[in-house]
Amino acid sequence: MILRVQNLKKYFPIRRGFFQKIAGWVKAVDDVSFEIEQGKTLGLVGESGCGKTTVARLILRLLEPDHGKIIFRETNIDKLTEKDMKPFRKEIQIVFQDPFGSLNPRMTAGLSIQEGLRILGIKKGNIRKKRLEHLLKMVGMSPDSADRYPHEFSGGQRQRICIARALSVTPSLVVCDEPISALDVSIQAQIINLLKDLQDGLGLSYLFISHDLNVVSYLCTTISVMYRGQIMESAPAEELFETPRHPYTLSLLSAIPDPVPGLKRKTELLEPDFSDSLATSKGCRFQGRCPIEEPRCLEENIDFEKVGKKHFVRCWKAAIK
Amino acid sequence: MMNDNQTLISVEDLKVYFRTGHECARAVDGVSFEIRKQETVCLVGESGCGKTVSALSILGLIPMPPGELAGGRILFQGKNLLELNEKDMQKIRGNHIAMVFQEPLTSLNPVFTIEDQIGEAIRIHKNIGGGELRNRCIQLLKDVGMPSPVQRLKDYPHQLSGGQRQRVMIAMALACDPDLIIADEPTTALDVTVQAQILQLFKSIQKSRSMSVLYITHDLGVVANIDDRVYVMYSGMVTEQGNTAQIFHDPRHPYTQGLLASLPSRSKRGKRLYSIPGTVPNPAYRPEGCPFHPRCPYAIPTCGREHPKMCDYGHAHLARCPVLFKNKKPVPKE
Repeated sequence: MILRVQNLKKYFPIRRGFFQKIAGWVKAVDDVSFEIEQGKTLGLVGESGCGKTTVARLILRLLEPDHGKIIFRETNIDKLTEKDMKPFRKEIQIVFQDPFGSLNPRMTAGLSIQEGLRILGIKKGNIRKKRLEHLLKMVGMSPDSADRYPHEFSGGQRQRICIARALSVTPSLVVCDEPISALDVSIQAQIINLLKDLQDGLGLSYLFISHDLNVVSYLCTTISVMYRGQIMESAPAEELFETPRHPYTLSLLSAIPDPVPGLKRKTELLEPDFSDSLATSKGCRFQGRCPIEEPRCLEENIDFEKVGKKHFVRCWKAAIK
Repeated sequence: MMNDNQTLISVEDLKVYFRTGHECARAVDGVSFEIRKQETVCLVGESGCGKTVSALSILGLIPMPPGELAGGRILFQGKNLLELNEKDMQKIRGNHIAMVFQEPLTSLNPVFTIEDQIGEAIRIHKNIGGGELRNRCIQLLKDVGMPSPVQRLKDYPHQLSGGQRQRVMIAMALACDPDLIIADEPTTALDVTVQAQILQLFKSIQKSRSMSVLYITHDLGVVANIDDRVYVMYSGMVTEQGNTAQIFHDPRHPYTQGLLASLPSRSKRGKRLYSIPGTVPNPAYRPEGCPFHPRCPYAIPTCGREHPKMCDYGHAHLARCPVLFKNKKPVPKE
């Protein structure tokens, strides 16, 4: 295992009133656990607001966890000081959703890509230059791209630059936070192929965060489905699609617009979510929208139960069958 | 072109260019499509294809300058909308043709309540007020599937979720019972489950109100669930048109074929995804001849010289590729 996340929690305080007193907590990440195998891809899927980006930030220590463990290879990195964290920063990198927003518009592509190398202390200019050329080639860009600015590139090209930048420090794990959502359909396939090639060629592991189930079903080895700060179901990809167990997973899968006209829906569409996301403090997070809800679901804390070799589900009803 | 009384709106050879300095971007370069009564038509394509500019042109919402009408007509109820003055266009907007935009948060006024905004949409065209106006607002919110509609009236946009705001936008578009709703990527900013609900909503209101819908999107998955007819656009032109089944099961233009082949899915696991090489051309620097030819696996020298004409495969299925038409496989039985 390259990464093990155990019982991760991140709560944000809600402050009200003149004195900014704490009125409650937004449980953005509430007891999240998963594992990523070396060289494989874990897909973290969920709708906006479910907490998946917060999870990404916690793993990178861009946010501090309130509770839980983050274990990279054999080391607990959740409580390391900034100094001790430094060697791990080269191991875990991130590619963001907005390729334009994540590139400094005043730095050339070359400077952006090399920035990590300079921070790591690779001082010799000619070594950096060689590495830069190699990286650009790896992501399918011409060497003269190094001297151009972000605004001169298309969305797909900018994303390639972001990927080159992430790879510049030879990481083992790359967190991809919706890396293709902002790109045109015909470019998405190119970037997906690139990510796969890089994984095969460099032995990379990915945490692939997305709301696009079609991409996730194509790319990922295992999938964790997240809803309102909690993992509702996790399983190997094939198994999740073959035999989904959690009612939320079932609704999510039936809502994917499938490019096959006339395909009949298997399950009912989810009712719109009108509940106040802060109000649910006990019981299942899916209450109010679940088609198989019972009174017990509103009272009890629902455990993450094993229903298969690597298949877990957070629903007592689904765990029975 | 079918021009009988079943046609609601007919866009004929529309050309809209944008001149900035020394550049001329031919955003829409000879686009024709029609929308019949009570049908849903999709304009699908990637960035720079001209779908949004085409739709905005119907409602005269393209600022001119820098936009420039370089040709074509848009026929609606016997009139060419491109020749109407602003006063006459205002009678059409909201009243006969309404629009739902992509970003509900930026399209709704943050300092007015929901009741005020829906009410405004009604009052512009109809002279009603007070209790009757309020009841109409409540009924519209019910029509768009908003629970507790009475409570929502006093809410401000920031108090609603993305899906709820989009429902308000649709309610505003429905306020005056338009003949046509133009929906420009109405679900792109929304989650997949909300997207499914909104698509369902469009289908049901189209039926109950005998309206037509022009649905603009880049998402092929959405298009497949829309029914009726599709126009695939690329770089300012329509490259293929037909009904949904034809486009998805029997695509006849290399671009459509490439797009469908490049969609990731569970069934393609383990296999390399097909991807169309190259990128969408800059509208100001479109290649000669067929705009798709530099990326096309079937391109021959004439593709780079001659503007390709639409080829008819029968049953209203057309594709703008003479190369594939010449070597065509038989059309499958309907």
